[in-house]
Amino acid sequence: MTAGLLGAGRARIPQKTLRKDRWWLAPAATFVVFAAFVVYATWRAFTGELYYAKPYLSPFYSPCLTTECLEGSSDFGSPITWWALSPALIILVFPLGFRMTCYYYRKAYYRAFWLSPPACAVAEPHGKYSGETRFPLILQNLHRWFWYAAVAVGAVLTFDAVLAFRNEDGEWGHMGLGTLIFVVNVVLIWLYTLGCHSCRHIVGGRLRHFSKHPVRYRLWGLVSKLNEKHARYAWLSLFSVAIADLYVYLLARGTIEDLRFF
Amino acid sequence: MGYDLSMRLWRGDRSGGELADYVVAVEEGEVVLDAIHRVQATQAGDLAVRWNCKAGKCGSCSAEINGRPRLLCMTRLSDFEPEETITVTPMRTFPVIRDLVTDVSYNYEKAKEVPAFAPTPPDKDGNRRMMQADVERGQEFRKCIECFLCQDTCHVIRDHDDNKSSFAGPRFFLRYAELDMHPLDTNDRRKLAQGAAGLGMCNITKCCTEVCPEHIKITDNAIIPMKERVVDRRYDPVVWLGSKILRREQRNET
Repeated sequence: MTAGLLGAGRARIPQKTLRKDRWWLAPAATFVVFAAFVVYATWRAFTGELYYAKPYLSPFYSPCLTTECLEGSSDFGSPITWWALSPALIILVFPLGFRMTCYYYRKAYYRAFWLSPPACAVAEPHGKYSGETRFPLILQNLHRWFWYAAVAVGAVLTFDAVLAFRNEDGEWGHMGLGTLIFVVNVVLIWLYTLGCHSCRHIVGGRLRHFSKHPVRYRLWGLVSKLNEKHARYAWLSLFSVAIADLYVYLLARGTIEDLRFF
Repeated sequence: MGYDLSMRLWRGDRSGGELADYVVAVEEGEVVLDAIHRVQATQAGDLAVRWNCKAGKCGSCSAEINGRPRLLCMTRLSDFEPEETITVTPMRTFPVIRDLVTDVSYNYEKAKEVPAFAPTPPDKDGNRRMMQADVERGQEFRKCIECFLCQDTCHVIRDHDDNKSSFAGPRFFLRYAELDMHPLDTNDRRKLAQGAAGLGMCNITKCCTEVCPEHIKITDNAIIPMKERVVDRRYDPVVWLGSKILRREQRNET
């Protein structure tokens, strides 16, 4: 147990915090929403069914690369023959890893789930703290690797959104509510992915001389603007991806009919 | 229009202390420091409080108001309901000297550990030149007034006294970042930042940014960029491979 607020020489104030505002509200809301998403995503990822309703493929299952994939859902072939579990599990590890190591999500779940700290100037309950210096949290440094994968996933989801401009018979030039949901989802995914702190670093943040690299400096400025709203896009894209999957699930289950615009 | 403000001020020293109640007349437009000065002038002449500029620029009057690290001189009484009791304590991360005054020498010790600016040789005419874009990048970091509220709120040391020896804190990550991004600096501070300064201890919960009275985006613009620079050096195979193929040091690349 390490000495905290009552450490050597500090003012002897027994309360863990003297804050009077509702500091617990934000971490509590984060906890509830994230937990709900984890439960929903786990259920959907493990079921291995009801993820494809022509022309929509759930983002949880895209790209579908195993021989277990439903007919018509494998736009990139079925190169993985040895995987017997749900096809989503192979793909979801990349966006999941990207979000788990994301600097914004780290802040959110360290506060909401690990209470480290639950809020600013509110004492955390842990006796020891080593931050991200040891296994497993040192793996947070792999965020950039997941970003590279997230760009590929974003490209695949963009492809899916384009394919959604077909009808059930595969004819182009059509659009339904699902198309709109897919397009909004992929836009939010890109706004989140391109506003990533690692992206910001790669495009220009790592430079010492902005002046010698005007194009990268300009790109860095653009990414910085997105980065300022990274938390917002993290939340919005989390909702949009869940809504896109739920829509496909309800279509595949026959609960609803796709609202066709043209 | 004035009113009577209820305050609880921490009175004591290292041997102990308590929150003492005061009721003091205050006027519209005043700040918490004004109220404390009036308590000092009318009721508690021996109340210790550190202050200087009363303009949010000297960083002297850092304390905790209703549990939140803030500058006494920049916290308006109008932020609170007139009937609300305002509780003021010293910063709880540092040893107290007396009443609202703390010993912040920890920060000065950490400042000594940051390697000084080591510029490249001057141009032939004896001058050193920087382009405006490069100058602007560091301006945000130069706004720091060293109030140490970010250090105070950082749970790494606030809740774990034993981390003080191995953790420099957000104010100094700001300094590391400022120097590491400086186009004329020749030091490579990434190794030091991760090792001796304890950058890896930070779990980027952004409290430093929340409390900064200068609104410096400490986490987004200093700590995370420094973490990414450490990743360049230690964890990114693409950067490593690039440096090997192109036969150049990562530092000289940019």
